[in-house]
Amino acid sequence: MSQTTLDRFRHSLAAWEAGPLRKSLERLPERSPSFITASSEPVARLYTPVDVDGIDPVDDIGLPGVYPYTRGAHPTLHRSKLWTMRMFAGFGTAEETNARFRYLLNQGQTGLSVAFDLPTLYGYDSDAPETLGEFGKCGVAICSLADMEALLDGLPLDQVTTSMTINSPAAIIWAMYIAAAEKRGIPLAKLGGTLQNDILKEYIAQKEFIFPPRPSMRLVTDTIEFGAREMPLWNTVSISGYHIREAGATAAQELAFTLADGFEYVRWAIARGLDVDAFAPRLSFFFNAHNDFFEEIAKYRAARRIWAREMRHTFGAKNERSWLMRTHAQTAGVSLTAQQPEINVVRVALQAMAAVLGGTQSLHTNSLDEALALPSERSVQIALRTQQIIAHESGVTNTVDPLGGSYFVEALTTRMEQDAYRMFGEIEALGGVLPAIEHGYFQREIADSAARYQHEIEQKRRIIVGVNDFTEAAPVRVPLLKMDRDGERRQFERLARVKRERDNGAVQSRLAALRAGAQGSANLMPFLLDAVNAYATLQEMMDVLRGVFGVYQEPVIL
Amino acid sequence: MTETKKIRVLIAKPGLDGHDRGAKVVARALRDAGMEVIYTGLRQTPEMIVEAALQEDVDCIGLSILSNAHGALFPRIVELLTGEGRNDILLFAGGIFPDEDVPEIKRLGFRGVFGPGSDTRDIAAFIRTEIAARGPVRG
Repeated sequence: MSQTTLDRFRHSLAAWEAGPLRKSLERLPERSPSFITASSEPVARLYTPVDVDGIDPVDDIGLPGVYPYTRGAHPTLHRSKLWTMRMFAGFGTAEETNARFRYLLNQGQTGLSVAFDLPTLYGYDSDAPETLGEFGKCGVAICSLADMEALLDGLPLDQVTTSMTINSPAAIIWAMYIAAAEKRGIPLAKLGGTLQNDILKEYIAQKEFIFPPRPSMRLVTDTIEFGAREMPLWNTVSISGYHIREAGATAAQELAFTLADGFEYVRWAIARGLDVDAFAPRLSFFFNAHNDFFEEIAKYRAARRIWAREMRHTFGAKNERSWLMRTHAQTAGVSLTAQQPEINVVRVALQAMAAVLGGTQSLHTNSLDEALALPSERSVQIALRTQQIIAHESGVTNTVDPLGGSYFVEALTTRMEQDAYRMFGEIEALGGVLPAIEHGYFQREIADSAARYQHEIEQKRRIIVGVNDFTEAAPVRVPLLKMDRDGERRQFERLARVKRERDNGAVQSRLAALRAGAQGSANLMPFLLDAVNAYATLQEMMDVLRGVFGVYQEPVIL
Repeated sequence: MTETKKIRVLIAKPGLDGHDRGAKVVARALRDAGMEVIYTGLRQTPEMIVEAALQEDVDCIGLSILSNAHGALFPRIVELLTGEGRNDILLFAGGIFPDEDVPEIKRLGFRGVFGPGSDTRDIAAFIRTEIAARGPVRG
């Protein structure tokens, strides 16, 4: 906007404030002295050209599919290709989860996403005493290649991509996936998918760490290196803000901490000797889609812009694919209410709409019953249908970045970006991401935000429908998922059979080779593939690594 | 008799579940409400929790679990407390529980079960009421 036009606008704004606005406020005061986002950030009454003065329409906003990607990852975005509808699923045995995957594909899902149970996430076999009560509760149990084969049985791995939410044991689970696909004749180079493999956010938020940060980072770097060499279609790390947000972070903290983690992986891979353009195009992201519609949209837009700038200017990437942030999104689990569960469908729809308008490449929508249990088949179907309605009925996919140029959204995008740089500075001042983890910086910041959010709800500064207002006296019940109670016994049997029937000599020698590899500095992926192919179990491999790397104890931060 | 000693509460995370947002929010709120709060941190076995409770001489234990492993872990913790003759310690649970599991959790001796959306002031009031009904705080 030219300076003359902006001056004219300022005059009309001043007149509006002195006249119509003042009169209106006298007659009808606002509902609250101040308004805040879901992250407790102030929101002004009105955003105008004055608020976007200084935001450059070319350098800051630009066009979709080109640097700095604020308006989207692709020139035509959802007009050409809808996001991948990828429902995170997993429970009980590999067979039960395989059946859920087949159901979801039949219902129109376009990608797979595996949830593993807690023993698997912590690198234990199903029969380990540490795992009392946890078998199959939060996901599927995978102890060996035999379980992975059953999980993937009959699924079109050469046609759909698979995302796997696994972190500390990510390299091992990936090796199992690769081995299972290879046994079916699908070569590595044809396999597409995503490994979450984001250990930094485990220390920060989700807490499924096992080894200390540095050996963990070495393992992640091994997978980045292996992927860059062997698996051009695989996203080796899904740098995740989702869990940081769920743990209580604000939108800006989610943005800043996630990108700081992303840059840390880039630094480690460069330090390994890799060319940034050899691996950066296969780094992907995963953000939360929370309640505050515009704040979420601004977050995705700011994330793309910061990533592009830093990859290009700080890390010297030359390939545009290295600048381009691609992301998955999931609606906010923490926003679901156990009271009046059916109304969660509406929350999820609004959150999903924000992710779509924010330009996501992939989306999971939560089910209405997830504040009570894992979702039933029926509730998952409704969640998937929600995405299909947004895609095919709402009209929001007809044009690229329809909110681009909105005074509010552009101002919010820039504010979010500035907040992120302020936090990058704080992390830098502590010596970087790993020292900040060890100092408890992230954990303390997140706990503070979580406590403030709870306080706002209890003070009714924030209304949560069905929780602190519009409540119902009688509880609303919904039918919940029932798991096969016999699954655990069958899992124990398969594990025992695997250990009985495999060549135990080969297992021992490959585990010994893994140990020697871990003590040295070689890339561990080939050692893990060898051990997996001999049907070594997850825990056997993880115990070797626990022995070499040690186990991390986090500082307890309240 | 007036309450001369602060109520001592152990907030514990049994099992492998890493979701500690709720545990930390409740721990802070109870501290702000004037109680002495000890937080165990993550990945506590039933044995570790009971040992911490005895060592810290707490009046109350709050167990936070969102992984649905309560069916195995809660009975074990109650069994260990019974073995130590410490059924006098007030128990409450927080986290994600299917409705149909709540009667069984209460039957085990948990006096309060707090799901998502609970108000921390209700939890503090619950603890005060229950402890008051048990007579003076141990000291």
